[in-house]
Amino acid sequence: MRELKLMKGNEAIAEAAIRYGVDGYFGYPITPQSEVMETLMAMRPWETTGMVVLQAESEVASINMLYGGAGSGKRVMTSSSSPGISLMQEGISYIAGAELPCVIVNVVRGGPGLGTIQPSQSDYFQAVKGGGHGDYKLIVLAPSSVQEMVDFVGLAFDLAFKYRNPAMILSDGVIGQMMEKVEFDEYKPRWTREEIIAKNPWAATGKPPTRERNIITSLHLQAVDQEKQNIKLQAKYKEIQEKEVRYETYLCDDAEYLIVAFGSSARISKKSVEIAREKGIKVGLLRPITLFPFPYKEIGAYTDQVKGILTVEMNAGQMVEDVRLAVEGKVKVEHYGRMGGMISSPDEVENALEELIIGG
Amino acid sequence: MKEEIIIAGFGGQGVLSMGKILAYSGVMQGMEVSWMPSYGPEMRGGTANVTVILSDEPISSPILHEFDTAIILNQQSMDKFEKAVKPGGTLIYDGNGITHHPSRKDINIYRVDATAEAVKMRSVKTFNMIVLGAYLKLKNIVDMENVLKGLKKSLPERHHHLIPMNEKAILRGGEIIQEISVVE
Repeated sequence: MRELKLMKGNEAIAEAAIRYGVDGYFGYPITPQSEVMETLMAMRPWETTGMVVLQAESEVASINMLYGGAGSGKRVMTSSSSPGISLMQEGISYIAGAELPCVIVNVVRGGPGLGTIQPSQSDYFQAVKGGGHGDYKLIVLAPSSVQEMVDFVGLAFDLAFKYRNPAMILSDGVIGQMMEKVEFDEYKPRWTREEIIAKNPWAATGKPPTRERNIITSLHLQAVDQEKQNIKLQAKYKEIQEKEVRYETYLCDDAEYLIVAFGSSARISKKSVEIAREKGIKVGLLRPITLFPFPYKEIGAYTDQVKGILTVEMNAGQMVEDVRLAVEGKVKVEHYGRMGGMISSPDEVENALEELIIGG
Repeated sequence: MKEEIIIAGFGGQGVLSMGKILAYSGVMQGMEVSWMPSYGPEMRGGTANVTVILSDEPISSPILHEFDTAIILNQQSMDKFEKAVKPGGTLIYDGNGITHHPSRKDINIYRVDATAEAVKMRSVKTFNMIVLGAYLKLKNIVDMENVLKGLKKSLPERHHHLIPMNEKAILRGGEIIQEISVVE
């Protein structure tokens, strides 16, 4: 039987990590996600599962601790919020270049700069299009409930190890701070040393006489070699794009209009759909769950059906660019969103649909 | 059944924990719940509010702009949230420190003098449970049995000896709530 609790999204991430058998968490406090480390410290998993929880001296240190832990085949994670994630970008690029699995949680707050502590989705570009230097991609999951904060910890680790690629859970202050019912699976044991060696033959686990050294690096000084590595990475990203798209639809079957929104904006938009449906407007909601890989094909499939698409994001319009790519100019796409930590109400979104898409 | 509630007052009044106990009571009742706090740079003495939704159906938006019930515990919150009650909805307030009393005629207004009652009960900390009791008297959405379960779940074990006092406060709140009719 699964265990039922009432929890904040941030607390749920922490408990999910312990229960999933994560080996190490390295982080540095920042609002609105400090409850992740606070919960881990209160639960003292080092006394039960043996999970390491460490407050590093900075975000730069945390991400490099992930680099080391991931290189040895361990399941390691960090969490932070926007300015802290910016500090980690160099390390994230190295980890992506070295093809190491790890999980990074970004509970996004308003920016740019030190910004505000209120919720935002303005780190979409940073998460999906790069952030650090070089041609790389993160696997990006966008939870829209506290339950998904729990479920996506396991999913992010599974995908990260399957593709040897860092995965990001792109959340925001709403999902991090709100409490909802959550169900947890039983505790899973951490991998033993033998399991780590068997599952991750690439990891730096100590050289036995039977094989060559495993070298973890993102440095390929010869351009020929660096290009080879890039070609390998791009092939991997293509495979992820083909196999790992996840999304959810709500009342899309008969929809004449579509709202596309992720994370907490999708929750707000779901209510907007309900309000619009009561007025007789046939609108549906498509919620991308993976932001990379983005559901281009799946959104593109609606171009023959709908008359217009509204994207709703807590930013100046970022995912809207991917939605426009998906529909290739065949359908009108507009963006609606508040910025800097302000949150749209369901009514505002519904009005925007009528003004920008139906009346516009 | 769906009930959308805002609880608003000063930081330190127990606004968030009252919301949490209500939400946990809903969980114990087998309902869907959400609890969304304001989490700005707030501190003791500043304002604090929380949106709680209890529903038989899955909850779409945890962020709302109008509410079935507003529980208002200071003047700033009255200024902000009296207008956010849906027509036909309910407003419950503590008269302590209120200078501009609610004046809408299209909603049901109730007063619970919980601050004064908590002083009488010689336990200022039970203030929020008196307010919760008043609310539960009006809106019979969770059984008392589940409220007590929710209370137990919300409080750390070292505070479980306080449960009987809190239960008393909840019952007292139900006794002292009074309907207010707005006069011209």
